[in-house]
Amino acid sequence: MAMNRRDNDLQRVFTRRALLLGTAQLGLFGALIGRLYYLQVMESDKYTLLAEENRINMRLLSPRRGRVLDRFGTELASNRRNYRVMIVAEQTRNVDATLEALSKLIQVDDTQRARVKREIERRRKFVPVVVAENLSWDDFAKVNLHSPDLPGVQLDVGETRDYPYAGTFSHVVGYVGAVSETEIGDDPLLELPGFRIGKSGVEKVYDERLRGRAGHSQIEVNAYGRAIRELERHNGVPGEDIVLTIDADLQRFAQERFGEESGAGVVIDIHTGDILALVSNPGYDPNWFNVGITGPQWRQLNGDKYKPLINKAIQGQYPPGSTFKMLVGLAALEAGTMTPDTRVFCPGHMDFGNNTFHCWKKGGHGTMNMASAIEESCDVYFYEAARRTGVDKVAEMAKRLGLGEFTGIDLTGERRGLIPTRAWKQAVLGQPWAQGENLVIGIGQGYVTSTPLQLAVMTARLANGGYAVQPRIVRKDDALGPTTDPRLAAQRWPHIGLKREQLDLALEGMIRVTTPPRGTASGARITLAQYAMAGKTGSSQVRRISRLERETRVRKNEEKPWEERDHALFVAFAPISAPRYACAVIVEHGGSGAKMAAPIARDIMLEVQKLDPSRKSRTAPGPTTASGAGTPKDGG
Amino acid sequence: MAHWSSRGNDQSFGRKLRDVNWGLVLLISLIASIGFSALYSAAGGDIDPWADRQMARFAIGLVIMVMIAVTDIRIWMRFSYIVYAVGVVLLIAVELVGRIGMGAQRWLDLGVVHVQPSEIMKIALVLTLARYFHGLSYEDVGRIRWLVVPLAIVLVPVGLVIKQPDLGTAMLLLASSGAVFFFAGVRAWKFLLVIFGGGAALPVAWNFLHDYQKRRVLTFMNPEQDPLGSGYHILQSKIALGSGGFSGKGFMQGTQSHLSFLPEKQTDFIFTMYAEEHGLIGALVLIALYILLIAYGYAIALRARSQFARLLAGGLTTMLFLYVFINIAMVSGLVPVVGVPLPLVSYGGTAMMTLLVGLGLLINCYVHRDVEIPRHMSGL
Repeated sequence: MAMNRRDNDLQRVFTRRALLLGTAQLGLFGALIGRLYYLQVMESDKYTLLAEENRINMRLLSPRRGRVLDRFGTELASNRRNYRVMIVAEQTRNVDATLEALSKLIQVDDTQRARVKREIERRRKFVPVVVAENLSWDDFAKVNLHSPDLPGVQLDVGETRDYPYAGTFSHVVGYVGAVSETEIGDDPLLELPGFRIGKSGVEKVYDERLRGRAGHSQIEVNAYGRAIRELERHNGVPGEDIVLTIDADLQRFAQERFGEESGAGVVIDIHTGDILALVSNPGYDPNWFNVGITGPQWRQLNGDKYKPLINKAIQGQYPPGSTFKMLVGLAALEAGTMTPDTRVFCPGHMDFGNNTFHCWKKGGHGTMNMASAIEESCDVYFYEAARRTGVDKVAEMAKRLGLGEFTGIDLTGERRGLIPTRAWKQAVLGQPWAQGENLVIGIGQGYVTSTPLQLAVMTARLANGGYAVQPRIVRKDDALGPTTDPRLAAQRWPHIGLKREQLDLALEGMIRVTTPPRGTASGARITLAQYAMAGKTGSSQVRRISRLERETRVRKNEEKPWEERDHALFVAFAPISAPRYACAVIVEHGGSGAKMAAPIARDIMLEVQKLDPSRKSRTAPGPTTASGAGTPKDGG
Repeated sequence: MAHWSSRGNDQSFGRKLRDVNWGLVLLISLIASIGFSALYSAAGGDIDPWADRQMARFAIGLVIMVMIAVTDIRIWMRFSYIVYAVGVVLLIAVELVGRIGMGAQRWLDLGVVHVQPSEIMKIALVLTLARYFHGLSYEDVGRIRWLVVPLAIVLVPVGLVIKQPDLGTAMLLLASSGAVFFFAGVRAWKFLLVIFGGGAALPVAWNFLHDYQKRRVLTFMNPEQDPLGSGYHILQSKIALGSGGFSGKGFMQGTQSHLSFLPEKQTDFIFTMYAEEHGLIGALVLIALYILLIAYGYAIALRARSQFARLLAGGLTTMLFLYVFINIAMVSGLVPVVGVPLPLVSYGGTAMMTLLVGLGLLINCYVHRDVEIPRHMSGL
């Protein structure tokens, strides 16, 4: 009995404790179920979202960038295939060996190797790392052929911007480059690695239209980031093509005509404002910026004294010199301080106050009226005209002809030039206007500066009968498109309010400039009557000629260092019979406008008339060859 | 032999086989089958490489389980100290020449098979304690001097396992041993003393933890603080569970598991994958099956006539509970990640074998429920 009782004690204790522990365990299971209910029901939405974020990766699809075309569809900026060789670390046992084998086929230097290995370290093993880009087709084919012996090597054809004409259109088209920190905005495309954005020129101004809109694809990825499958895909909108007013053939001709000279030239349709050529010489190769400019290339561009990175056609501000004289004359006519017949005697200099103002012709021109003063570019006549008219009236006329104001052209970095007034001098320099300064203004010197584009616009406004044509670089197919009726075009612009006979007097002077025997540019005239050109020479001083030099001997331009020589200018319009084209040419430190700028202008004006881009209808845009598009039909 | 004469002492083999609780075997197979389907899903819809091997092991294990169940309980009682001694020797051997896996020495390479002595010890410890306490009267159990030996029996292997280091198994051994002590009638105040004493010693114990163990505990406290480091597993497991929602993503549709966000999806985290695909509903079904299994275990323990069978069944059932609870609590972020598999479901041969041996002993307690064992048989 005693033994049984003790056994019963043990059994009773066991039973009680087993039930206790069993209940406790049931309670703990209850806690587990509570926990699962919390996670799977109450917090389910939160975790569902997190799971989706884990699983789905949004990838942006870069749209194809629009092309930049000339007015006839020639590609000035396009996209070319970018042949790349990449390496996938997980597909090769030995990265070094593969790189070594690769270096026997294409150039893979030590820095490239180090970069590749660094990137492989940083990234997941299945992410391709670029070894070499922009390979030639030959190299690419070679690697392709040997790919069985190159474990881990992956070939890829991407796209990259291409500027087939290198430096010819660099200042118009501009270039693209990697997105900088400050440029990152709302568009997620800009954060794509390797994405290119317009940095200057049309590429920059029209960047948003060229860029297009990003597409995206939703990709399911695993925990290591490897893509499993594509869930959804929205293709983006490719960028628009931008058609310029530029005639590629004319531009190339003009660029080449400048040769080794530093300078700028602008050709404009006087009725529509279409810019047919806009040259700044020397140019630079925009492809350098696209692929990433190297140190030596950058130093070369920056150190060049001809400043290839500056777009001289819109950023170069030069004293207009004698090309300003028509404008001074018109101001005087309108003010009534001069009449067409007012005569001024030129003894070769003019004394005013304590100073003597010299005419470029030492012996003097004798008696001049307005037309002959323009023809022979008599300084004394225009000293007198400006003295009588005053700076403010001259400035007012300059403004109407488009000087001292932004033309508003769709290119980057345009400068405004400077047309001084009395108020300007008082406000900016804090000094009253001196009477003597009027005289200097009369020959386009002193404070006056303008860009070549402004001078071309000025000439266009004179030649089209006084309509305030505005330059444009992107072609619009409105009524101002390829019209052959200049009157239609001219009606679109406001008139600047000059009387016809006053304008005609200025134009007569310009026609006489290219007319022998006395015209200053008669040596650079176009002899074919139907293409005859009118114009105006200009040689603007870069530095003041000192009294000492005057008294001893004025050095000839050829004797001075390049930087001190005069700028050579020429503005022109043609044909005289029915003006259509105007141009402005400047050769930096070229010396004489008649000798340096006028011949270049003549050749360009002859070429533009032969090509006659304004009168030709536009061919369908497409990859037209440069030579095919603009062959003159009526040339010769 | 006369005092062994009561019913059930001399059952025939056939009768024992009929006495095996086949309902329990069915329940075990059901849980294992859920494991097979989960392993099939974990392999992306393939029985290779996990489900097929697991099924083969289970089939073999099932036979072993039944064989263990029908072997006379007294034989197991007799061999328990020997098994324990072998277990301790193997643990020492592992300390000397063991293979390193997962940063700890756990495996012993015996040429043909790899043995994990700590697994043997899980069963051996319960067996040994059951046998020891079987020999004590209720009064003896209340005396401290009779507790010195069983404490040594527990602390020697626990110490060796901690040294490996395998904190999870050590705690499992401690807890299941504690349960046997408790069932055996060790007075409640002694447990309270040990619990409070242990709590006070925690800061000291902390210093003996390995860095990775400390990190796991710290990570457990605040997993979101380090989502890409060691907190990653817990966070991803919670995301998988939570995103599974009420009804789950569907069989083989678990994105967290199939896209590898979930670690160890075929072993320790298989519950997460299962609950991601089958939702709270599926989780409740599986938990209900486990509760049923554990209830069965207690029923067997309560029905057994000998103290040895009671303690053995009670200890094994508690161990089973601990496995299930710690695993699910771990993957749902209630306790630190300690590396305890989900019984019968997680992929792994050793754990499967241990469990089926344990369950075989549990069924054995049922088959031999009426066998009376004299107290003196406990002695050597």
